[in-house]
Amino acid sequence: MNIHEYQAKELLKSYGIPVPPGEVVYSDRAAARVAEELGGSRWVVKAQIHAGGRGKGGGVKLANSVGKVTDLADQMIGSTLITAQTGETGKRVHRVLIERASRIDREFYLSMIVDRVSQKIVVIASAEGGVEIEQVASDRPDAIHTEYIDPGVGLLDFQCRKVATSIGLANRAASFTRLLKRIYRLFRDKDCLLLEINPFIVTEDGDLVALDCKMQFDDNALYRQSAVAELRDFDEEDPKEVDASGHGLNYVALDGNVGCIVNGAGLAMGTMDAIAHHGGRPANFLDVGGGASPEKIANAFRIVLTDPNVRAILVNIFAGINRCDWIAQGVVQAAKDLRIDVPVIVRLAGTNVEEGRRILTDSGLSVIQAADLDDAAAKAVTAVSEVAA
Amino acid sequence: MSVFVDKESRVIIQGFTGQHATFHAEEAMSFGTKVVGGVTPGKGGATHLGLPVFDSVAAAVAETGATVSGIFVPPAIATDSLLEAVDAGIQIAVIIADGVPVQDMVRTKRYLAGRSTTIIGPNSPGIITPGACKVGIMPSHIYAPGRVGVVSRSGTLNYEAVSQMTGLGLGQSTCVGIGGDPVNGTDFKTVLQAFENDDDTDVVVMIGEIGGQQEVEAAAWASQYMTKPLVCFIAGVSAPRGRRMGHAGAVIAGDSDTATAKLDAIEGLGHAVVRNPAEIGDTVLRAVKEAGSGPGSAS
Repeated sequence: MNIHEYQAKELLKSYGIPVPPGEVVYSDRAAARVAEELGGSRWVVKAQIHAGGRGKGGGVKLANSVGKVTDLADQMIGSTLITAQTGETGKRVHRVLIERASRIDREFYLSMIVDRVSQKIVVIASAEGGVEIEQVASDRPDAIHTEYIDPGVGLLDFQCRKVATSIGLANRAASFTRLLKRIYRLFRDKDCLLLEINPFIVTEDGDLVALDCKMQFDDNALYRQSAVAELRDFDEEDPKEVDASGHGLNYVALDGNVGCIVNGAGLAMGTMDAIAHHGGRPANFLDVGGGASPEKIANAFRIVLTDPNVRAILVNIFAGINRCDWIAQGVVQAAKDLRIDVPVIVRLAGTNVEEGRRILTDSGLSVIQAADLDDAAAKAVTAVSEVAA
Repeated sequence: MSVFVDKESRVIIQGFTGQHATFHAEEAMSFGTKVVGGVTPGKGGATHLGLPVFDSVAAAVAETGATVSGIFVPPAIATDSLLEAVDAGIQIAVIIADGVPVQDMVRTKRYLAGRSTTIIGPNSPGIITPGACKVGIMPSHIYAPGRVGVVSRSGTLNYEAVSQMTGLGLGQSTCVGIGGDPVNGTDFKTVLQAFENDDDTDVVVMIGEIGGQQEVEAAAWASQYMTKPLVCFIAGVSAPRGRRMGHAGAVIAGDSDTATAKLDAIEGLGHAVVRNPAEIGDTVLRAVKEAGSGPGSAS
C-alpha cells in the first residue's frame, strides 16, 4: 500500500525526523491562507498523487508570492497530472501540499527497503540526491552505499557513521545517526516495505531535512497497522481493482482483450503467458483464490466484463481446495445475471471435475469447453480473432 | 529416499482442530501420511481424528517423536506457531498461510541461525512425496510416484505442471512448494541441492515467476554443481512492471526481474527452459529421455 507525500511527512515528523513546515490543502483559498501562516517569501506547491516523476511532469512548482501560490494551487487542483509513472491517462490531483521553500546546501539520497536477496532490511544512501536512484545505480554503482541491518540487534551506531561518511556527512555523523535510527524505528514499527527520502538535504543553516518522502507498506501487515490502513486513498487505485479486492478477488488490469478468470497467482500468470504464446493478449490478471464460491465466480465475471476491451473470457481452474462444480455453478449464475455477449472458454481440472463439466453441459449455455491449458488458450485466441473478423 | 519427507516421516499438524487443518489432515492420512498428532493450545489431552491433541509443539514432539509439522493457522498467528516449531526442534516446518508480514520472515530467518529447522513456505501449497507423505493442500490424486523432482513457488502452477507430467507417465520423487512470498524459508537453490543428493531423483523441474533473482541464482549453482538435468519455467512473461501479480513476491522491480530476462539467463546457463506453460510436461519428457533413464516410474 502506498500513501501520499504529505502523509509520509506527518509520519516522519511524529518520529522526530525534520520535514519542511507545510500543510496539505484542497482549495486555492486554503493554499493562500497556509502560505501566509507559514510566512517567508518562497513556497513550494506540490501536487499530491501516488505516482513519482511529479517534478518533471509539472506537479512541483516554486512560488515567490502568496498570489502565485494561489494561482498554482488553482491550476493544479482538479487538473490531471501526467508523469513518467502515471501512464498516458494521468492522475487527477485532488490536493496539494504547500511548504515553505528550503534553502538547500546539499542533496542526498536515502532509503530503506526489505531486500529479498539478503532477506534483511537494508539502508541505501548516495551523495547524488534528487535524481532517480536507478539511474545512479546503473551509471555509477560506486556512488551508492548499502548497509545491511541484522534483525537480531537492529541498526547500530557504527553503521550509521559508515553511511554518513560514505555520503560526505562525517562532520554531522551524530545528528545523522539519530535521524537514521529514528527512520529505522519507524520502518520497523509500521511494517514498511520501502521508505525513500529523495532528496534528503542539508540546509544552508546546516540542518538535516527530508524534502520529499515515499512510503510503501506491507499489505500483509495491515491487519496490525490500523492507523496506516486508514491512510489508504482509494481514489489513487483502479476502481475495478478496489471492487475486486472487496470480493476477495485479486485483479490487475492489463491492456489486452482476453479476459482471464483463474485460481492461484502462478496459474493466473501461466494462463496469461499461454494466451500470449498463442498470439493473444490478456486483458487482466485475476486470481479467484482458494475456496471460490459460485458468487465469487459471478463477481469475477462482472468485474472482467466492465473492461470494454474484453472480446472473450477464459476461465482456467485447477481445483485443489477449490471445487469444479462450484466454479461451474458460478459460470451458470453469471450467465444468468449478466449479459455476456463475448465467447466464454472454460477449462476445468482437479477436484470434482466431472460434475463441473456436467453442470456446464446440462446448462445449455454456449460455453466452449477446453481439454487442457494449451487447448483453452488456443480456443480463446481463436474466439477473439473470430469476433474481430 | 525422496527429499525432506518420506513414508517414515512422523507428522504433526499445528492448528489441528481447525476446519481447514482437519480437512487436510484427513486427506493426508488417507494418502498414507504418518500423522501422529496435532497441536491446538488449550485443547491438550483431547483426541481428534483418533489422534492426541497437545497444548504445545514441544509436548507433541516429546510424546510422538514428530520431526515434521504442517502449520495450518491464520497468517496473524503463523509466525508464532512457526517459531514454536523451530524452538521445539521440528526438522521440517511447512507453513501454508498466505499473508505473513514480510518483516516477520526477516526476523524468523535470523531466529533460524544456528538451528536445524528447514522451513517450507509461507504462502506455500506444501510438500508431497507421492505414495508416501503429504503435508499441504494439494489435490493428491494428480501426483504419481516417480523420479522427477519438482520445486515451485506457486501451488496451482505446480498442479498444472504435475498433471501434465503424470499424464505423460512421468511420476515425481518429491514436489516442494517454496511459496510466493519475497522472503521465504527455503529458496530454490536449497531444494535443488537436496534433489541433487537424492538417489530417487533423476531430473529436476524448477517453476518460478517474475520478481527477484532466486531462480537465476539457483540455475547458476546448478550449472556448476548439479549433474542432473534441470528444466525451468518462469511465469509472468506477459506481466507488467511494478504491479504485484497476486503473490507478494511477484513484482517486476527492474529489468532483470522479468520472466523473459530470467528465462534467457537460465537458458544461457545451459538449462532447458519452457516458454509456454502448456509444454512443461513435454519438455520434462525430453529431458528424461536424454538423461537415458526412461519414463520415470516407481523405483
